[in-house]
Amino acid sequence: MGMTMTQKILAAHAGLPYVSAGQLIKAKLDLILGNDITAPVAINEFSGAGFDKITDSARIVLVMDHFAPNKDIKAAESCKKCRNFAKRFDIEHFYDVGEMGIEHALIPEKGLIAPGEAAIGADSHTCTYGAIGAFSTGVGSTDMAAAMATGETWVKVPSAIKINVTGKKRKWVSGKDVILHLIGMIGVDGALYQSLEFSGEGLADLTMSDRLTISNMAIEAGAKNGIFAVDDITRRYMEGRCNRAWRAYEADSDAEYTRTIDLDLSEIPCTVAWPHLPEKTHPAEDGRNIEIDQVVIGSCTNGNIEDMAAAAEILKGRHIKKGLRAIVIPATPEIYMECIERGYAKIFMEAGCIVSTPTCGPCLGGHMGILAAGERAVSTTNRNFVGRMGHVESEVYLASPAVAAASAVTGHISHPKEVMGE
Amino acid sequence: MKAHGRAIKYGDHIDTDVIIPARYLATQNPNELAAHCMEDIDKTFTGRVKQGDIMVAGVNFGCGSSREHAPIAIKASGISCVIAKSFARIFYRNAINIGLAILECEKASDRIDEGDEVNIDFDTGIITNVTKKEEYQAQPFPDFIKDMIAKGGLMASITGAKKDD
Ligand code: SF4
Repeated sequence: MGMTMTQKILAAHAGLPYVSAGQLIKAKLDLILGNDITAPVAINEFSGAGFDKITDSARIVLVMDHFAPNKDIKAAESCKKCRNFAKRFDIEHFYDVGEMGIEHALIPEKGLIAPGEAAIGADSHTCTYGAIGAFSTGVGSTDMAAAMATGETWVKVPSAIKINVTGKKRKWVSGKDVILHLIGMIGVDGALYQSLEFSGEGLADLTMSDRLTISNMAIEAGAKNGIFAVDDITRRYMEGRCNRAWRAYEADSDAEYTRTIDLDLSEIPCTVAWPHLPEKTHPAEDGRNIEIDQVVIGSCTNGNIEDMAAAAEILKGRHIKKGLRAIVIPATPEIYMECIERGYAKIFMEAGCIVSTPTCGPCLGGHMGILAAGERAVSTTNRNFVGRMGHVESEVYLASPAVAAASAVTGHISHPKEVMGE
Repeated sequence: MKAHGRAIKYGDHIDTDVIIPARYLATQNPNELAAHCMEDIDKTFTGRVKQGDIMVAGVNFGCGSSREHAPIAIKASGISCVIAKSFARIFYRNAINIGLAILECEKASDRIDEGDEVNIDFDTGIITNVTKKEEYQAQPFPDFIKDMIAKGGLMASITGAKKDD
């Protein structure tokens, strides 16, 4: 019996010729990640257990993105704890205000992860890097602490669901619609403990930005990771980003999958997830009667330059509905700068949006756009759980940047064609 | 290892945002976290939970963010074990790593009602509903997890290993 792509990467990192689903292994890690919420807990655990050495400072990445720029004194103390730890152990990849972006956008952008590598992060959306063909998964702070000490982690080798992608996306459809549609099909626990493995001729129509969004939300289907076969799009993306030698792993032709799902991109509509679960999906057109108070365009899911471009195309020369607040958050300083250079920042501001420095901010109800009771937001983020963006009686509708921008213009959930007329 | 307490019951897909809302994540203090545990779906929880009580839920318990604050908050609130039909994978890892006992058991999740008195034997995986005089068999932990728990969680198990080297 052959191995899936994930299984091959795990076998290589466990120093084993072969692994199979369900097997418990210890995998060596190329990247260990933490942020300003999870790393302080890991640092406490690490110190509490009496460790005074880290495995390899080049493999540890700390990003101050969630409550930074510090939203309050406690957040300031958390960042300070990370800063001191980074100094003490010479951690070069410590990203503080000024250099920091949202971790899962920053790490691929800077080439800190490459195809075939293995990463864990004390953040559930660490699965994002499956987009470039790496094994990456979210863990907790104690796992991070143990990994910082030993350079490895325990993994139960996952079984896999094969997603066979065909066709081409319709106009206005992006990676966000694809993943929301898939979660709508299989449910928020549809891939529990498993890996989602994307392959097929349809990959040619999924840009790296689409793939990053899709892998990012693999966890929203309960998956351990969501991984894409490596192709020319991956190779082009990696060029100039990373000078480590990397390897593309391919699934064996006789790899075992628990099921295969055919995903025809041409059949996927602009999709919105209603509160309070990402699986409650509807075509965007169903939202005509749902009035909204706020739009958020950003996050590790949709804060890339392509996302900004999609929003700018719709907002150019238009104004958001009076009485609505629109918050645009490019995910990294590089993307922010590019928004300025390409004129998107001006378009957003002239349309009545604010353009924020990179931060997770409202995505997790942290700061920068918290909702009051009864308020509704259309957001390009990844979770719409109860209270996620503020008051427990507020509501979050998950959508693509194009749908979010169109909805900002009309004041209700809108398909982009309602604004663009095509 | 055994647990004994009254059941406090919730539904499916209890996510980490309702277990401990993000607005409280700036602290790592277990008691401060426990003070806000479950408050977005159940304001009465912190007032009525007693040491040893058992949380019972449906599918995909602990889905959402990787915040370890979630199992920490549940443990610090006095809960001795969470029984669910299934757990989200990061929550499962985190609970074990920090030493919060969890068991997967569909039957127990269906049959146990709010307020039932429950006994758990972790070695055998047998859950006894004292109120209803019923028994349910849960999957006991795999050996490696038993081993980790016996050593006092993940950190203790690796520091132990380090000393053995
Ligand atoms: S943007 Fe949201 S989902 Fe992404 S890392 Fe930040 S808080 Fe988590």
